[in-house]
Amino acid sequence: MLKAQRAIFSAAFRTNLQYRVAALAGIGTQLFWGFIRVMIFEAFYRSTSTPQPISYPQVVTYVWLSQATLLLLPMRANPEIQAMIRSGTVAYELLRPVDLYALWYSRSLASRTAPVLLRAAPIFLVAGLFLGLQAPPSLASAAAWALSIVAAMLLSAAFTTLVTISLLWTVSGEGMSHLLIALSSILSGIIVPLPFFPDWTQAILNFLPFRGLMDIPFRLYVGYVSPSEVFSLVAHQLAWTLVLVFLGRWLLGRATRRLVVQGG
Amino acid sequence: MNDLHLYWRYVTVAIRSEMQYRASFVMFTFGHLFQVGLEFLGIWVLFDRFGSLRGWSLPEIALLYGMANTSFALAEGIGRGFDTFHLMVRLGEFDRFLVRPRSTALQVAGREVQLLRIGRFLQGLIVLIWATLALGVRWSLGKGILLVATIVSGAFLFIGLFILQATLSFWTIESLEIMNTVTYGGVETTQYPISLYRKWFREFFTFVIPLACVSYFPALAILERPDPLGTPLWFQYTAPAIGTLFLVVALQIWRLGVRHYRSTGS
Repeated sequence: MLKAQRAIFSAAFRTNLQYRVAALAGIGTQLFWGFIRVMIFEAFYRSTSTPQPISYPQVVTYVWLSQATLLLLPMRANPEIQAMIRSGTVAYELLRPVDLYALWYSRSLASRTAPVLLRAAPIFLVAGLFLGLQAPPSLASAAAWALSIVAAMLLSAAFTTLVTISLLWTVSGEGMSHLLIALSSILSGIIVPLPFFPDWTQAILNFLPFRGLMDIPFRLYVGYVSPSEVFSLVAHQLAWTLVLVFLGRWLLGRATRRLVVQGG
Repeated sequence: MNDLHLYWRYVTVAIRSEMQYRASFVMFTFGHLFQVGLEFLGIWVLFDRFGSLRGWSLPEIALLYGMANTSFALAEGIGRGFDTFHLMVRLGEFDRFLVRPRSTALQVAGREVQLLRIGRFLQGLIVLIWATLALGVRWSLGKGILLVATIVSGAFLFIGLFILQATLSFWTIESLEIMNTVTYGGVETTQYPISLYRKWFREFFTFVIPLACVSYFPALAILERPDPLGTPLWFQYTAPAIGTLFLVVALQIWRLGVRHYRSTGS
């Protein structure tokens, strides 16, 4: 059973690695965005003398980390499955002798992680050498970051699978994915690092699943939280992953019972 | 006049076809409004922490933000056909446009008139109105004309960028994602005063892609702020014209591309 998922994961992973030109353009775009952000933060820090919740070098590193792993944001449904649902070939997926949720989850995981791995290394290199990205303060921080970024990938794949399943209801699917991209980009810390949000919102932000996509790994990396907290933070990420997996399974079960395949 | 009439026909067709999916239209508009609204929330969060940005207050930044976003939304609505133009080149569909006795640029623009962008436009407009109320700008006829001319000319500049992006695909057959840095990235850049950025970056967005001329400079005139970069008032009033000029140049380059076009044959 697990062997089938592994084969699908590695096939999807290798397909994603083929788009090298697109990755190169993406790297250029993300370096540009990161650079604008860094200049704006520089200007903000220069305009105030009041102490800020997070230091300027930490913010710069946070910004570069968010550009390096930007594609972990569950921006849209899995495009292959979306095409299958539109054309009706999703019927073949239903016939395969494997667990459908696990199959879609594997596909989502591959399509989320492959482009990130491809883009992250060059961004780390360029930003690290020239643009102010700093190394983690300790080896323990680095290890904590590595652990939580894996959990972030699992969480992101669970989000993507959930959006993909929602397509079984709405076909065009724009509504749900627009809502999700909006919420996840502000609540994960991509637009503004979460420590800047007003103090009264922090408890809410800490509870919600979105910070597990970006903010938790970044805080661990820059040493904003001590590496000893890694276990409770990763537990937060994994708990939400489980919630989303169960929700996705339940919805998929309901959907496949009432699914009408558009013949064509 | 004939051309304008034709374009209007394209617009009415687009309205009618989108109204076939009314629920989807409403949902998309609200989704989009919500999405860009959250972006502005991000700016508010930063001002809540820092108070000001090198002497600029939140309503002043909001004026820049509103101008950039209304311009860009107009351009996206009108010029969206150029955004997916590389697909037409790849599939050889552009051949059909060449045999019709109308301007090719007009036909490509009319291919896809996106009313859906009204979400971003409304949000930009709301921020713009809030900014002018909060600032208590001393309005005059000159300033009013300047504001409207800037937004229109800014839209022209963005359309010019979409056209250049499409023109490149005559040679590359692919879409160049890197152009997003000057379109979407350009909106992001012009939401903040250009004086904050490094010198080379500032010069790039003034002389190469003159986005500063349709945002920062006219905004200074409206706000009656002295420019740390030292530009005179007459320049701030005339700078937006450069956006329109940019579109004219882009259309010339487009014509060059059309002449170079060889069908992929598929």
